[in-house]
Amino acid sequence: MARIMARTTAQSPAGAPTDVTQGSRTKGGVGESTLRPDGTLKVTGEFAYSSDMWHEDMLWGQILRSTVAHAEIVSIDTAEALTVPGVHAVLTHEDLPAARNYGMEFQDTPVLAYGKVRHHGEPVALVAADHPETARRAAAKIKVEYRELPLITDEASATAPDAVLVHEHRADHHAAHVPHPNIVHRQPIIRGNATEAAQRADVIVKGEYTFGMQDQAFLGPESGLAVPAEDGGVDLYVATQWLHSDLQQIAPCLGLPEEKVRMTMAGVGGAFGGREDISMQILASVLALRTGKPVKMVYNRYESFFGHVHRHPAKLSYEHGATRDGKLTHMKCKIVLDGGAYMSSTPSVVGNASSLSVGPYVVDDVEIEAIGLYSNNPPCGAMRGFGAVQACFAYEAQMDKLAAELDMDPVEFRQKNAMEQGTLMPTGQRVDSPAPVAELLRRVKARPLPPEREWESSEGVDVRALPGGLSNTTHGEGVVRGIGYAVGIKNVGFSEGFDDYSTARIRMEVINGEPVATVHTAAAEVGQGGVTIHAQIARTELGVQQVTIAPADTQVGSAGSTSAGRQTYMTGGAIKNSCGIVREKVLEIGRRKFGSYHPAWASAELLLEGGKIVTDGGEVLATLAEVLENEAVEVEQEWRHRPTQPFDLVTGQGDGHVQYSFAAHRAVVEVDTELGLVKVIELACAQDVGKAVNPLSVIGQIQGGTTQGLGVAVMEEIIVDPKTAKVKNPSFTDYLLPTILDTPTIPVDYLELADPNAPYGVRGIGEAPTLSSTPAVLAAIRNATGLELNRTPVRPEHLTGT
Amino acid sequence: MDFLRPATWEEALAVKAEHPTAVPIAGGTDVMVEINFDHRRPEYLVDLNRISELQDWHVGEKTVQLGASVPYSRIMEELRAELPGLALASHTVASPQIRNRGGVGGNLGTASPAGDAHPALLAADCEVEVESQARGSRLIPIDAFFTGVKRNALEADELIKSVHIKKAEGPQQFSKVGTRNAMVIAVCAFGIALHPETRTVRTGIGSAAPTPIRAKAAEEFLNAALEEGGFWDNGKIITPSIAKRFAELCSGAANPIDDVRGTASYRRHAVGVMARRTLGWTWESYRGKSRGTEGVA
Amino acid sequence: MRVHFTVNGRPQEADDVWEGESLLYVLRERMGLPGSKNACEQGECGSCTVRLDGVPVCACLVAAGQAEGRDVVTVEGLADFAKQRAEHGSCATGASGGSGVSGACGSGQGTSGTSGTSLQDAQHWRAEGTDSQTGEGTGLAPIQQAFIDAGAVQCGFCTPGLLVAADELLERNDSPSDADIREALSGNLCRCTGYETILDAVRLAAARQGEVV
Repeated sequence: MARIMARTTAQSPAGAPTDVTQGSRTKGGVGESTLRPDGTLKVTGEFAYSSDMWHEDMLWGQILRSTVAHAEIVSIDTAEALTVPGVHAVLTHEDLPAARNYGMEFQDTPVLAYGKVRHHGEPVALVAADHPETARRAAAKIKVEYRELPLITDEASATAPDAVLVHEHRADHHAAHVPHPNIVHRQPIIRGNATEAAQRADVIVKGEYTFGMQDQAFLGPESGLAVPAEDGGVDLYVATQWLHSDLQQIAPCLGLPEEKVRMTMAGVGGAFGGREDISMQILASVLALRTGKPVKMVYNRYESFFGHVHRHPAKLSYEHGATRDGKLTHMKCKIVLDGGAYMSSTPSVVGNASSLSVGPYVVDDVEIEAIGLYSNNPPCGAMRGFGAVQACFAYEAQMDKLAAELDMDPVEFRQKNAMEQGTLMPTGQRVDSPAPVAELLRRVKARPLPPEREWESSEGVDVRALPGGLSNTTHGEGVVRGIGYAVGIKNVGFSEGFDDYSTARIRMEVINGEPVATVHTAAAEVGQGGVTIHAQIARTELGVQQVTIAPADTQVGSAGSTSAGRQTYMTGGAIKNSCGIVREKVLEIGRRKFGSYHPAWASAELLLEGGKIVTDGGEVLATLAEVLENEAVEVEQEWRHRPTQPFDLVTGQGDGHVQYSFAAHRAVVEVDTELGLVKVIELACAQDVGKAVNPLSVIGQIQGGTTQGLGVAVMEEIIVDPKTAKVKNPSFTDYLLPTILDTPTIPVDYLELADPNAPYGVRGIGEAPTLSSTPAVLAAIRNATGLELNRTPVRPEHLTGT
Repeated sequence: MDFLRPATWEEALAVKAEHPTAVPIAGGTDVMVEINFDHRRPEYLVDLNRISELQDWHVGEKTVQLGASVPYSRIMEELRAELPGLALASHTVASPQIRNRGGVGGNLGTASPAGDAHPALLAADCEVEVESQARGSRLIPIDAFFTGVKRNALEADELIKSVHIKKAEGPQQFSKVGTRNAMVIAVCAFGIALHPETRTVRTGIGSAAPTPIRAKAAEEFLNAALEEGGFWDNGKIITPSIAKRFAELCSGAANPIDDVRGTASYRRHAVGVMARRTLGWTWESYRGKSRGTEGVA
Repeated sequence: MRVHFTVNGRPQEADDVWEGESLLYVLRERMGLPGSKNACEQGECGSCTVRLDGVPVCACLVAAGQAEGRDVVTVEGLADFAKQRAEHGSCATGASGGSGVSGACGSGQGTSGTSGTSLQDAQHWRAEGTDSQTGEGTGLAPIQQAFIDAGAVQCGFCTPGLLVAADELLERNDSPSDADIREALSGNLCRCTGYETILDAVRLAAARQGEVV
């Protein structure tokens, strides 16, 4: 069996907090910064990512994608492509074996376009050939005739009286309640009476905000290998965030029962939400089944920009009021999220944007509306922060405007209105675990500021420390420093009544005299370090040193998605739970075998520690090897978080979320105000993580999330031409990610205030830092320039008024 | 596609004579992107890596003869004294990995308006040595080299052998705007070189017109103003009004477009800012009073 | 066409290479060395960084035919390369495109011949005998061990390129400043870490290198 062996022997270098938990005497348990079990493979180049797969006699799959955004397909002619030597198959929608659509929440996405194409870059035809170049040349010979249709590119064109419908015959679960068929979902929230409350306001601040389309830009491209099996099924090696969700969508499109589609997780080169939807999975499988040969598909970077959903761009209109003494009176907002051509997870993103639109503040009177559009823009769906990011950008800008209007310190103003444990969300849900919003702000503010003019030294000017960097645009001229703050709130786990669970199979046995635990889940390791903490939890719960992490596949029950900050909570919880059952079974065996030898076997508190069964007083009763001998104990169990409720479609009321997560940032920037270039000097974060299961990984998540927020503040944006709905910058030349010279030091200060409802008190941590990072940077740039800056990313032309 | 590997310059010229559509590849940093992304499928690729003389340079009395394939990393490390503007420009090229492969010959061959070397070459003044098997070599003045968007004065059977660049006789600067602090294609760029011997200033503007250009009206204005005020001799600070007018004229020389990297009006504005700043840096350096203000490159 | 060159000290040959193939493709798909990564294939991410005659380059932008007769070091050979350097003194060829390093630098890394990673291999990868905690018995290069220890590896897709680039930095500058590290690694994108732990790793490797010397 394929496996990663995870053995921990040394103390971590990071000096982790050592809370006393059960089995804490077992090294490498919960709370330690144990190192990644896949680290060695990853530094030696041996770790097999989905694009590294290879098979004797394999073919290469190539997709032909639409060159227009919205058009009827008049004809597709594959004749010439089929004549290219080395081509094994050329397929269109007519060749699909079964269901023609897939989708996560609703199956509205064609495997291959039929009838019409709804966005630029939609898959239209497929080629399998013996070399990627052969496949490309053949794809170029497929003739597709389009008859272009009017474009839906924004709310106005989507809801115009004569608007063409992106999807003509909607049958999804939201179709009945939306005001227009080009609106995917609408979620209002009404609580109190915002109009009345506005009367009490001494100041009212309004703002219109725009959030650009961000790309996950994981570095490992969409890729994988489909191998046809003798039983007529297919073995699929892919990088995904959620194997079982893929499986549910793939099997019907292949016309196969799920058990004939065997999925194994290949190495994942980052995800950030962009692998929650299907990419090449069905297409490679269709080609493999058709040709009877293994088929490899690897998108290049250009194609990757069309190969996955992006973060929803958004338009947000906000109105806030406050009294002279700095208390928020009310909030009204409308959030329009552009979901693009297909549904993906737009309804859930709408639910998040709506329910988190107030931010981490106490506001009793609200009038909120969030909608998601169908349009001919690129499809949008999950990305780290999931609907909460866009809102945070807007409400934090509003907080600064209000503070300025009231002549108050922006941090004090936020603290005055900060929510805390017990606060009611606009949905009526009570926040029932710690919500240290004011404290997080205090911590980032209290941190000493980085020294000024660090670019100067006796040796002259170091341009690398200045805006523009190596491009040598300034030696200090025009450079102004600014400081900005922001804080955000993110839900953790799947919300709105979704049956959210994870499954863990734990096996305990003795191998060569050593007790070994095997953890088998379907949880996707996308880089976050799930494999590290799964082993830590097993060590803590079972008191063993040696833990084997079996590769994620569909031979075990669903773990749910590696998204929504949920995997440590959910799969961590499932592992803890299954381990607990294993422990009881082991103790049962022990009692059966040795119960008569020592009265302590009958007492309630027995622990597994250091490979032994011990009393809570520390007395050793037996070793695990003695108890288990040749017996193996194995348990597979589903584990759920507490149920949530859907939001009422009229009032938005309902206990919709499982848990909330909070982070605050202080950004220090230096802006070349003449050229409009920005250098972020420091981006400090404070976050409540509930419990740091692995502090090194926690800090890595916070710094990574912070940097993605920085990216969308100053450079990252997929630019779609409003006249054609075509993507103008599908490359890393023109979609810019922060380099190491753009990324500042990111000091992290984390709190561990346990959530009593969560395993070990953990709080989902991956998403919150992506929220507040962006508005903090924008606030700092506003502070430096005095400009209003209502859109992100901010570009040099916005800062120079050109 | 055929991959041809001439071992000598003469062989390369013969290949190019026989196959005028053949695409030369040296550092590969443009050509391979086009091939990887299926933007180009040349019938022949001519690898120039094996021709060692293209990797060499010779420092003469007045000029540096820079082989077409000398990588940017060597220019910025080893030719800072002779070619300070080009060394600064080289340092802004993409990434260390790209600077280890790419050279000026490829930049000139691609002739992109965004090529980082171009403003520095225009400002320093140089001649591009090209050669064909049939007609031998000729020198194309840099001012006549760029003929259109991604077009240059090369004949189909010619290859770029070297660039004869005037050795710096005064301070030079290069500045480039991008929306990232490293590894970025120019939104626009500006090069300036003081030529005290001829008492002239030359400029180069990148990414702000269909081709790299000089801001000739700005140069003429500045040359006259410096002459008139006796600045070359008295070493006085250039008055703000002269600097401002120079910047405006540089800005005015630009003829940019709106594209995904920036707006036309921003480019015009930024060219002006860079012109003013780089003039200040070079002039301060000429006056010998500000050792602290040269950027680390 | 056919190409021959040396990879990690071992002569390699590939047949039926399409003339438009990059060095990266040949390494990954024909020589069983997928460690160099295919993240952008346009020279913008550095994930495919290899040493070509000692010089760090993006393998995606080197035409396979241009590597003919030359010497390539990939992440798979980095540990041996670093070991030999430590034993024989510096073997950097500097930033020259001239003659390749031969013999003295990098050798011995066995590869699986003329194929990619077999599915068998891919399915059976395991870290047995290679302890992430201590690096015991693994013979990692100092920079590789430092990346693990500092938490600089998350998804790991950028890691091979960063390791090759960082190793080369430490070869020519044994105590780089933070600005030096940032400049040297400015051609390598990482989407997971925010770079802080990567800086930590390079500092750590430099410090350990200093202790040894």
